Amino acid sequence: MAQKTYAGITVDVNEEGYFTNPSQWTREIAVEIAKEEGIVLTNQHFAIMEFLRNKHIKGEALSIRSINHSGVIDVKTFYQLFPGAPLKKATKIAGIPKPASCI
Amino acid sequence: MKNLLILGAGTGGTIMVNKMRKRLPSGEWNVTIIEKEKDHFYQPGFLFIPFGYYDRNDIVKPNQKFFPKGVEVVNNEVDRIITEENKVILKNGESFQYDVLIIATGARLSPEDTPGLKAELWHKSIFDFYTIEGAETLAEFFKTWEGGNLVIDVADNPIKCPVAPLEFAFYADDFFTKRGIRNKVNITYVTPMSGAFTRPKASRMFGSLLQNKNINLVTDFFLGEVDNGNKKILDFGGREVPFDCLVTVPLHSGDPVVSKSGLGDEFGFVKADKNTLQSILYKNIFVIGDASNCPASKAGSVAHFQADTLEENIIDYIENKPMSASFDGHSNCFIETGFGKGILIDFNYETEPLPGLYPLPVVGPLTLLKESRLNHFGKLMFKWIYWNILLPGRKLPVTNYMSMKGKRTD
Repeated sequence: MAQKTYAGITVDVNEEGYFTNPSQWTREIAVEIAKEEGIVLTNQHFAIMEFLRNKHIKGEALSIRSINHSGVIDVKTFYQLFPGAPLKKATKIAGIPKPASCI
Repeated sequence: MKNLLILGAGTGGTIMVNKMRKRLPSGEWNVTIIEKEKDHFYQPGFLFIPFGYYDRNDIVKPNQKFFPKGVEVVNNEVDRIITEENKVILKNGESFQYDVLIIATGARLSPEDTPGLKAELWHKSIFDFYTIEGAETLAEFFKTWEGGNLVIDVADNPIKCPVAPLEFAFYADDFFTKRGIRNKVNITYVTPMSGAFTRPKASRMFGSLLQNKNINLVTDFFLGEVDNGNKKILDFGGREVPFDCLVTVPLHSGDPVVSKSGLGDEFGFVKADKNTLQSILYKNIFVIGDASNCPASKAGSVAHFQADTLEENIIDYIENKPMSASFDGHSNCFIETGFGKGILIDFNYETEPLPGLYPLPVVGPLTLLKESRLNHFGKLMFKWIYWNILLPGRKLPVTNYMSMKGKRTD
């Protein structure tokens, strides 16, 4: 398993850079990962990441659709906050696994 | 007398009513099934309708035909479940008490949740093929269509039969080639996933099939809206794909009864334990098939494999024993690839679709994750199996749990 160091802390990640142990995550680490993605985090970013982390911890599936039910932001804003592939970027920065859509 | 109540007579509900009537002593248990429709559609057959291979009569039978003796059938619409009182209320006000409830209300299409999808061009240049009406309207449209941009778009997961849109793309290539206008039809497959399919091996295989058939692939595209005036679809980030004919697989939701009764997730799918199939909120409520939020495929094969688990667990529940059966996410599907060939895939929660032979090693006879003519005939034969073995709850000569026999992991 690969490791990476963010904000002075060494964390376990997979080959794509996603956390394999979400409990190693901190807000300081998030700021550093976001920098790699060219994103400066705001309170809105943290609010939606908290929603995603909570959902992940509860074992619920993450999807773009579920953002509209977050009570935090809508999907369009989600795309503005994490341009390109928002769910992939947001989960990476939030220290949780990349969502696997089921078949 | 105790009451087992089943809501919905699709694939899952029909299998369960047959299994449970056989299993529960008729002197102790009433079995009741509530379903508002009178027709049972063989849903895998919808794929063949737009291309004129099947029509409505080839895929519909009265659902009455599949209910066993000794079962009360209620042909009416459910309004809500009052979970605290173990009671189901119908739209007409009638109510039914239950000791055990099985929710088998399936998934429905919700095109109205995407702005512009069900608008001016609906069933003129925009079609679905997951309903009989959509499939028939598209068949009429294709008869005289002279070509242009054909876009097949999956709005977002979960959807029923996740391979069906790919099969549609392969069949479109076959169909327009045979009609001699393939050079005038530009086919584009648009998906929210990062590849042609989930999980690496299958995604690579389907990706190269699309390429060989000259079908464009657009990935990571979550449908945000449809611009009817300029005939294009847009994702939430503003990416655009123009179309002349759009074949959509719209967003899916659970039955409104589920949300109204407080049993669902945000999309109306019953929150259930993915292994026991019991509601996480009420111990006497169980779920089968597309109606659940289990991370398995929404497919008939899943409902079929779940049925044995569910039967055992309901019996354990009734006898106050810990639940002994566990569903492993097993799914299995034939995938039509056009020109008389097909592919078979077999997988579960943990194991991705792998190459090999099925159901037996060495002799197969069906090939996994590889095109063959026999797989195509397997798919055609499956219709007979569905009506005659699957729905009546009879045993098929394959295991319910996914088996690694015959699979190659290299």
